[in-house]
Amino acid sequence: MTYTIKGATGEWEVVCGLEVHAQVTSEAKLFSGAATVYGGAPNSQVSPIDAGMPGMLPVVNRECVAQAVRTGLGLEAEINKVSVFERKNYFYPDLPQGYQISQYQHPIVGKGEIHLDLEGGDTKTVGITRLHLEQDAGKSMHDAQDGASLIDLNRSGVALMEIVSEPDIRSPDEAVLYMRKLRTILRYLGTCDGNMEEGSLRCDANVSVRQVGEDGFRTRCEIKNVNSMRFVARAIEYEAKRQIELYEQGGDVEQETRLFDSNKGETRSMRSKEEAHDYRYFPDPDLLPVELTDDEIEGWRAGLPELPDAKKQRFIDDFGLGAYDAGVLVAERATADYFEAVAAKAEPKAAANWCINELGGLLNKAGKGIEQSPIAPDQLAALLALLKDGTLSGKLAKDVFALMFETGDDPQKIVKDRALEQVTDMSSIEPIIDQLIKDNPGQVETYKKNPKVIGWFTGQVMKATGGKANPQAVQQVLKPKLDAA
Amino acid sequence: MSLDEATVARIARLARIEVEDDRLPELARELSNILGWVEQLGEVDTNAVEPLRAVMPIPSRRRADVVTDGDRQADVLANAPASHDGYYVVPRVVE
Repeated sequence: MTYTIKGATGEWEVVCGLEVHAQVTSEAKLFSGAATVYGGAPNSQVSPIDAGMPGMLPVVNRECVAQAVRTGLGLEAEINKVSVFERKNYFYPDLPQGYQISQYQHPIVGKGEIHLDLEGGDTKTVGITRLHLEQDAGKSMHDAQDGASLIDLNRSGVALMEIVSEPDIRSPDEAVLYMRKLRTILRYLGTCDGNMEEGSLRCDANVSVRQVGEDGFRTRCEIKNVNSMRFVARAIEYEAKRQIELYEQGGDVEQETRLFDSNKGETRSMRSKEEAHDYRYFPDPDLLPVELTDDEIEGWRAGLPELPDAKKQRFIDDFGLGAYDAGVLVAERATADYFEAVAAKAEPKAAANWCINELGGLLNKAGKGIEQSPIAPDQLAALLALLKDGTLSGKLAKDVFALMFETGDDPQKIVKDRALEQVTDMSSIEPIIDQLIKDNPGQVETYKKNPKVIGWFTGQVMKATGGKANPQAVQQVLKPKLDAA
Repeated sequence: MSLDEATVARIARLARIEVEDDRLPELARELSNILGWVEQLGEVDTNAVEPLRAVMPIPSRRRADVVTDGDRQADVLANAPASHDGYYVVPRVVE
């Protein structure tokens, strides 16, 4: 389904590209030995380099280079064996050097792609234009003191990967899918933790619109500060509608930077920034180009984990899972690992079903991630074995599962302690059935006219046995008795 | 290449250098002269010459990913005109 917005003059299409800033997972900063940990006391993770002290010389962190290349490989992108750091010049109090060291003409990673899983099993490829390394700036706080801003340079100099997409995105939903998929890939690679609340993943959206069927692109606006999945969709939708309205009223869209206000759900112009757009880039004379050898690149490639697309296909091929279930399981590596551990000892489709629905449901409710699951994969596999061999009915299995989640106990222990085994010995159930038929002649008559009433009898037997009877087995005994009654 | 006064004013603003209007003609002339002098280099045909990335042919050094600095808030703030609770204090800047 193509996403369009209906305007007064016809159907409009959204054209969007995203610029994502992903914080590189590393111990130290891009050019200094200060720590990158989130949440430290202000200015406690600052070296003289990060503070822009005169005479300090940057030296690039080799792990940050490796992480950028790994990410490029994960995005099926060209790796540039020579890349150059340049200075992007502007003045702001959170940028003590007066320039940001970034890459401009020669980024470390070139063209790549990301595959989105659309609804209905289709996939869509979004092009990656480039990925480059750059320094983060410090953090300003404007509201703590009257007439003053407070500056914390802990983030100053932390390595970021700016990942720029082609303008291939055509709807707010696709933008969200792109962000999710990119986040999944980064987390699989271990190159960025993807934590949007802590600012490890930040997004700017370039948005323009055009009438359906129109060739070429119209003027775009850059929307800053869309820092949650929800805001990405809302900001794009709002901005597209704003632009359509402008065009339809005979106006024109001006190329500008706009800020998304998440409280009001709207974008507004940031005119003050326009002057700053002349960044006067030039190669940083303090830094030599980053030169990569084939051996280095191949070494990093060999160390890559299985990536979500490949894992998903393997789950479909090897375990017979549907595309949707496989997609849910691979979205987080920890979930995929958990499922595989269960599937090694249980029927894979049942394992997938229980991982997604039962375990996923309880974890969600408890606000826990799969890493904090009180139920280990082996325990879930043991439960599925009890279900399969008939010790537990489906209903009982769910009850036992809830108890496992609560206590962390093995299913065998719970079943034993609470005497929850499914009653498979029908000899103990037959007297219950006989008594039931004897006590309820009216229902027996109804059954003769409407065989579906057998369900009522089954229900009564289940009740009498505390849910421990096997409903299928009960019906097998019940039916001939009812027919004969 | 010659710079007009508007361009010089813009460069000064970008560099946060205060320049009085009556100084602009002189600066425009001086900067244009400098640029003209440097532009003579354009006469040399460099099509077949690789860009010079470094004077010495040494591979670029990379640092190990180890925390070796930080935890020196007092040092970092020592030169700040004002600080508060471990933060630099600057005149209010808001978009």
